Amino acid sequence: MASNPMYQFNVYRIGPEIKLGSVDISFTNASLFMVISSLAILIIFNLGAKKKTLIPDKLQLLSELSYSFVAKMISDTAGSKAKPYFSFIFSLFMFVLFCNMFGMIPYAFTVTSHIIVTFVLAAFIFVGVTIIGFMKHGLGYLKLFVPSGVPMVLLPLIVVIEIISYLSRPISLSVRLFANMMAGHTMMKVFGGFVISLGIVGGWLPLSFSVALTGLEILVAFLQAYVFAILTCIYLNDALNLHH
Amino acid sequence: MLRKIIILVFVTCFACFKTVFAAESGGMPQLNPEFWISQIFWLIITFGILFIVLTKIILPKISDNLETRKSQILENIETADKQKEESQKKIDEYEKIILESKIKAKNYFNDAREKILEDINKKRAALEKDLDEEISTTENELFEFKKSSGDKVTKIAAETSAELIKELIGEGVNSSSIAAIVEDQAKINKERKDVI
Repeated sequence: MASNPMYQFNVYRIGPEIKLGSVDISFTNASLFMVISSLAILIIFNLGAKKKTLIPDKLQLLSELSYSFVAKMISDTAGSKAKPYFSFIFSLFMFVLFCNMFGMIPYAFTVTSHIIVTFVLAAFIFVGVTIIGFMKHGLGYLKLFVPSGVPMVLLPLIVVIEIISYLSRPISLSVRLFANMMAGHTMMKVFGGFVISLGIVGGWLPLSFSVALTGLEILVAFLQAYVFAILTCIYLNDALNLHH
Repeated sequence: MLRKIIILVFVTCFACFKTVFAAESGGMPQLNPEFWISQIFWLIITFGILFIVLTKIILPKISDNLETRKSQILENIETADKQKEESQKKIDEYEKIILESKIKAKNYFNDAREKILEDINKKRAALEKDLDEEISTTENELFEFKKSSGDKVTKIAAETSAELIKELIGEGVNSSSIAAIVEDQAKINKERKDVI
């Protein structure tokens, strides 16, 4: 069934079946790529942080540029109060970015193309942000649902809409990343299938499409990681600096 | 012909599309909950380890490095500024020394010239004084000589006249009368000279 464009998203067990009680927590190809991504991040950034030279070498420059990139992103969107959450957002951004990028390698598995993975990340962010908001502002955090300058007549409707939009944050956050990844990889697979089925005569058009799509998907892989991280920053900003 | 080819391509594309999607069965593997727990479990483990290691070990190193670089660059700029100031000071000092030494050299030169001039003047003055003295003594001597020469001439003239007269006449004449005559004659001569 290799010609099925959804086949690439199949999760299968690697190695023995591991059971925790009655729950199956076997090591799968998804787990493998999570481990690979994390290890790659750790190795690259550890090498980049090891040498402390005044003039950085390539890896050091890479890690320092990423550091200042994420730091600037956080300070731009969430202000200086978000500094304690820097390492979490940095890890999140790097994890999503590396999972997306490893997914671009042919025959690799894209961890972030699974709704359960992105949903767990988004739900964790949602719960964490809500806890931070209530800890910082107490019940005053509920003012987030009551925007200022709204006529009294419209207020019940607006509050309902605000609550729904707040509660749908984890869903929108997770579905955005998952759908982008899945759609991109499916499309690449479909066009790849066209190249094979049209052969040497008609395969050139879908092949060129495939090449263009690969570039686009690499861009999307970066962009979605960036969007995921920056939306986290915006949610964090809502919790830290109550604007409404 | 071209239109035929385009239509053919479209038809084959459509056929392929159909076969590709016909092969799809079972829908999205993402919605199969068989490995959900496993994925959540491994996600928590890998992301947890990644987060902890990044937070505890790697990110502090990077931020440390960035900080030290920043401070080092600032320090270097500071020292560079300081050294620049110092060198400016040194240049000023050097210029001052050069100026001073120029003035000194000029002074030395002037002093030496003055000294030499003074020396020359002194020597010249001394020489002139000597010359003057010599001239005046000589003049005095001449004057004296001149003065005394008149008396001597009359004396000699008187003696010579006495001798001549003695030879001519054969007998001595009163020398005092001869002397008186000679003196008169000399006076007349002198007056004539004076008149001339």
